[in-house]
Order: sequence, then C-alpha cells, then structure tokens
Amino acid sequence: MRLIGDKGMRWILLGVALSAIASLLTIALFIFHEGLPFILRVGPREFLLSSEWDPQSGHFGIYPMIVASLWVTLGGMLVGAPLGIAGAIFLNEFCPRPLTRIIKPTIELLAGIPSVVFGFIGVMVLAPVIRQYLGGPGLSVLAASIVLGIMILPTIMSISTDALAAVPNSFREGAMALGATRWQSVHMVVLKAARTGIVASVILGMGRAVGETMAVIMVAGNAVKVPHSPLDSARTLTANIALEMGYATGQHRQALFATGVVLFVVIMALNTVASLAARRRAGAA
Amino acid sequence: MFRSAIRSGCLAAAASLAALGLAGCGKARESVTVAGSTAFQPFAEKLAEQYMADHADASITVQGGGSAVGVQSALSGAAQIGMADLVSLPPEAKALTAVAVARDGIALVVNPRNPVSDLTTDQVRGIFNGQITSWKDLGGEDHAITVVSREAGSGTRSSFEDILTGVKLTKEAIVQDSNGTIRETVANDASAIGYLSHGLISGKVKAVTVDGNPCTTEAIMARKYALVRPIYLLTKGAPAGAAKGFIDYILSQAGQDLIRKDGLIPAR
Amino acid sequence: MQAVAVSALGAATLGTLAVLVFVVFFVLEKGLRAISWSFLFSNPRDMGRAGGILPTLVGTALLPMVALAIAVPLGVGTAVYLTEYTRETRLTRLIRFGTDCLAGIPSIIFGLFGFILFVSMLGMGWSLLSGGLTLAIMILPTIIRTSEEAIKAVPLSYREVSFSLGATRWETVTRVVLPNALPGVVTGVMLGIGRAIGETAAVIFTAGSSLRLPHSLLDPVRTMSVHFYILAREGISTENAYGTAAVLVVSILTVNLVAYWTMHRVLARRSR
Repeated sequence: MRLIGDKGMRWILLGVALSAIASLLTIALFIFHEGLPFILRVGPREFLLSSEWDPQSGHFGIYPMIVASLWVTLGGMLVGAPLGIAGAIFLNEFCPRPLTRIIKPTIELLAGIPSVVFGFIGVMVLAPVIRQYLGGPGLSVLAASIVLGIMILPTIMSISTDALAAVPNSFREGAMALGATRWQSVHMVVLKAARTGIVASVILGMGRAVGETMAVIMVAGNAVKVPHSPLDSARTLTANIALEMGYATGQHRQALFATGVVLFVVIMALNTVASLAARRRAGAA
Repeated sequence: MFRSAIRSGCLAAAASLAALGLAGCGKARESVTVAGSTAFQPFAEKLAEQYMADHADASITVQGGGSAVGVQSALSGAAQIGMADLVSLPPEAKALTAVAVARDGIALVVNPRNPVSDLTTDQVRGIFNGQITSWKDLGGEDHAITVVSREAGSGTRSSFEDILTGVKLTKEAIVQDSNGTIRETVANDASAIGYLSHGLISGKVKAVTVDGNPCTTEAIMARKYALVRPIYLLTKGAPAGAAKGFIDYILSQAGQDLIRKDGLIPAR
Repeated sequence: MQAVAVSALGAATLGTLAVLVFVVFFVLEKGLRAISWSFLFSNPRDMGRAGGILPTLVGTALLPMVALAIAVPLGVGTAVYLTEYTRETRLTRLIRFGTDCLAGIPSIIFGLFGFILFVSMLGMGWSLLSGGLTLAIMILPTIIRTSEEAIKAVPLSYREVSFSLGATRWETVTRVVLPNALPGVVTGVMLGIGRAIGETAAVIFTAGSSLRLPHSLLDPVRTMSVHFYILAREGISTENAYGTAAVLVVSILTVNLVAYWTMHRVLARRSR
C-alpha cells in the first residue's frame, strides 16, 4: 500500500467508482446500438403503432405489447397504490407502536418472495377463479394486474411510510391544536405534506411493475393481440423479450433490442420523475 | 464474534470460488452442452443420465429453449449439440450437420372433460386460424375455444404449421413456452386445445384423433397419422469427440430402445 | 368519520398482511411435506420428478457468491471513493445518477444483455460466470447505496483521531472506517443476496438450467427459483415444485431477517 500511496489509491478507487457508471453505459450502449437503428429503419410510427407482430414475415409492430404493458401496469397501480398508501397511513398514524413494529417488518420481509412464486399462485389460484366467475381464459390482464399489485404493494407502502414519517410532528400537533381530530389532521395536513413522497412511491412502484417479467409470463396469457377487456389475454413488452430472446437473430433480435429501448426509456423517465419529486420534497422540507 | 463470523464466511466462499475457477482452467474437459427442442429435452436428459452412468468421464448438460434455440446455439457454439424437432430445417441450419435420431408425433390435446374426441384436419385448421371459435360447432358444449400455442421459435409449432398448411395462428391464442407448459394449461382449462409432442402426453390431457387416426406409435409407424416430424441433433461440422460419443450412443440399439420405451419413435 | 376512516385503513392493512401471509403459508404448507434430508441432499432424477434438489441448492449458493465476489469490491470501493476521497462534484452526481438508473432497469434487460454479451459474444456459454457477472451488475446499486449510508454513519471524530495519529487516508479507511461500517455493509450484502436468490429471468438466460452439479465456473447451474419455475410450469412434479419453493422462501426470509437484524444493530449502536 505504501508503494501506491494515497494519491494512487484515489485513482484506483476512482476507477472502481467509474465501473458502476461503466456497467450502466455498457448496457445502455448495447441496447441502443442494436435497437435504435432498427427503430429508425422501420420507422417509429410503424414500430410503435402497428398491431402486426409476426417476425417470420417481417412484421414488427409492438403496439399490442405497449397497450398490454400499460393496462397491466395501471391495473397493478389500482390494486397496489390504494392498499399500499392506506397501509402506510394506518401503520404510521393510527396503529399502536408495538403493533407497527411487528407488522411493518413482516410486510417488508414478505416483499422478498420471488416473483415466480407469486406468478405460480396466480396461475393455480387466481386464473381458475377468474375463468369460472368472470369468463375468458383466466390467464388475463386482470390476473396479471392483481398479481403485480400485490408484488409492488410493499414497495409503495414502505416508501410512503418514510414520506409520512418525514412530516414533522409539529404539523400534526398544530392541526390538533386548532381542533382537528386525528383523522382530519392526517388527511388535511399530513397527507398534503407527504404528497410528493407518496407520489414518488407510486411512480417507483409503476417502474417495478413495467419491468416485471416472470410473473406476467405465467399469468397474462401472452396472446399477441391488443387487449380489449381485462379478461383478455395479453403480452407485455417484457414477456415479448423473454419469450423470443433465446432464438431471435438478425432483424428479429434487433426488434427485441428495440423493445428493450422502449422499456429502458419508459423506466428511466419514471425513475427520473420519481427522483425529481423526491428531491423537491427534500428541498422544500 | 460477528466480525470473525464474517471473516470465516468470506474465506470459505473465496476458497470454494477459487477451487471452481481453477477447475475450469486446468482441465481440458470435454463437456457437452445440448440445447434446443423442449419436446426432445426430457428424452435427452434420460439418455444423458444413462450415458454418464456408463461413461464415468462424460459430462453432458441439457437445456431447453425450443428448436430455434437449438439451431442458434449450435451455430454460435453456445451448445455443442443442438436439438431441433423440425419438419424442415431453416436455411441457416444448412451450415450444420443434422442427424435424425428419432421421430415424434404431434398430438392435439384437449381437457379430459371435453366430450370432443375426433377432429378433421379442416376443423383443426379452422380452430387454430380462429375461424371456429366455439366447441358447439364441433359437437361439444357451448364454450369459447381457448387456443393454446407455442411461441414462434418452437419446432413443434413450426412443424405443426408446416404440415397442416394454411394455418395463420389466431391472435387470440394463448402462448406458452414449452411442451410441458402447454400440457398444464390444457389440463387446467376445460375449454382449451393445444398441441404437443406425443411423447409428453400424460393422463392429465386427452389426445384427440385426427381424421379418425389416433396419435399412437403404431399409427405413426404405419404412416396413418400425418402430424409427424423428425428430431435432429445438429452439430457444427461432423460430430466429433465427446459429442460424437453421445450421438453414437443415441443411435445405437441401447439408445433407440430407451427412446422407444419412453414413448418416442425410433429413427428407423 | 374518524372511526370509519381508521377502520377502513386498518382493514386494508390487515388485508394486505393477510394476503402476503397466505402466500407464504400456502407455499410452506404444500411444500414442507416434500422436504426431507434426501430431498435436500440428493440429486434429481427424471428431470426433477423424483429425487432431490441438491444441485439447485449448490447453484443457489454459488451464483450469489460469484456475483458478490465482483459486486462487493466494486460497490464498497465506489462507496469509499464517493464518501472519503472526493467532495460533491458533477462526477459524483453522475455516478450516483448512474447507480440509481441501474437500480431501475428491469431484470429481463439484464438477462438480454448478459445473454448477448457473456453467453454469446464472449463465449462463456450458459455458466456460473455469465450468471454471476450479470447478477453482480444487478446488485451493484444496492451494495453501493447501503455501503455509502454505512460509511457516512461512521462519526467524523473516528477519522480525525486516526489522522491525528499519522495514518494515511487509506489506512484510516481500511482500519477504522470500514470495520465500523461493517454491519451496514453486511446489511447491503444480505439484501443483495436476497435479491439474487429470488431472481429468475436474468438467471435462466445466463446461467442456464442444468441439473448437474457444477465442476467449474464455466458450467451451467440451476438455481432453486429456476427449478421451481420449470417444475411448476411444466407440471413435472407439483410436490417437488412446492418443496423447492418452500426451501426458497425460507432461505430468502432467513437472509432478509439477518439483514434486518444487522441493520438494527447498526441503528442501536448509532443511538448509543
């Protein structure tokens, strides 16, 4: 170590630190290098808006997949966000401390359950129920939404809880001093103050939902059509990549990279919005 | 105590990783990776198990992924042997040497609770084209047909569509990525119909007869059942070394007997 | 009004808890039956229909190890650089932004990247090495973030004392800061392990799905999550599938529990 010296160590560590950036750049470079020329050649309108995905005959329209990803993500939001935020509010504002100390870690622990387990239970328990009582093949947008919602719930709950906990107690005390009940102080004052953090949590949850692959492949049915109802089977962008990745070559492979580009851009956008929202909160507080 | 636990854990991990790393460098081992057709995969695994039991220094690993993965990985070298169950090999496979090691029928399967037991070729075409949408039109109950298919790179699917001609898979079809998954999907859904390798049929699903012909070994060998395809093992150039040893074993009497015993049809 | 609202919120929370607990109990109830000594320590037969899951246990243990061997030095090194060797500059903000972006990339894209780069282009094939490298990039952000938190939490006074005794920055880092940041770093490592164990999409496409015990870094491995996925989806053996899932869930819960335990030790020590 004396040989290298502190200055030398600094450079070594800088190199190490740049490795994180390097991996990101390599991935981005790869995906864009393969995918972007394809999008430009085929034309963004044709690629993004055509409903014909038939690699064998040279048709690469990913519109059905975009719609499917959108529906499945929004559906997951509808399931996960209300429950997650409700849980965060309850745990942080109304639940007795000792109970919170048990429930919160339990929920966070259970968030570690792998997606394939959720997916399989979706196939075994959820899809037959949907098929029997609501119709359709069971393997559907609805099934995928419910499974995804449950999977992103802990993320939303935990980040929202942090956002709520960050609201200074003086806000709550001030409201109550003015005569508000606990509930009134929460929904009129605290929630507004924690708003950006909660929104950030939902956006991050959306990012996770858009990127989920295994559970969706198992329960969404993977049909290559634009879903017209939640009971229809559909194929998301991620499922499309996973199903065809192993053997796609040439144009087909580039089309999958192009799908990756779309995913990458969407998720980067979501993450940037979320971190901007979080930073605004930190700046304002 | 905590720190010493971490330290010993790290040392143990480092030691095992070093051992693995050196093992990889030192040996000029001939390990054979076989990848591709999910229809042949279970049989390849059994053959590999038996081959390795007979030859102590052989090392064979089997992967799935579908016939197109078989072709691609043989071409790229990710696998020494590619498995493809295709009626006609794609143009890029011309660069590979293909050895037919078995034949396999494609069975059309429905849920055991489905009363329909026979379909004509035209009806099959209509179902998978999306023109026939209700079991009522086929003599069954009034339920919408759930069509289950493989992904585009599947040998079973390519062969199915090649033999049947005139099939453009309906967009409504549910897509699953292996023979076994299709079997499970059809087993769980009373109005589903799918196709899979006849060697993989189990009690969970019911195979229908096509034009009156059942999908059995006898009917296939008598050339009565039309949906049949060969199973090719693909290598870059002529098979050599450990890969050749394994392929020879599969073509030998012992290998072909194992194939027949497990429900596939021998090459000849 | 308040009573209604609170009960609704409480119901939602308990409902969430109930669903998650149901999932765990469903898996454990069906799976614990299949688990026995031979299940855990013998090889699978007949593609997993019979026999045990030993190779998958080995694979699940080795793959994160390879990933950590790469990610921990890189991650802790990055964290050390960001906290000890520079101020907040544009470069550090760029590095942090890059790390945050990396954290959000879906696993299938890592799988695609790993498959094309490591498996195909670099010729490593489906192997421990390909899978490990891919997983390393996936858990790098977690390690960097938690290590940074842990290092920042070490009081400035420790460093000052060390410097006043004549130590170089590097000696201070290795002999004073890092040992004190160890529990926090371990938490990050544990979280990374938890994520790596449950990962399926990226692993199938890079580490393969071989049921044989790996003999070298270039051999393919099958992890428990991949094994469960294949057994369950193809209906090879529902009982063994659940058994694998039970072992998998118990492992992940244990790893996460250890992570929480070390994290609480950090917080307890800090408040002292």
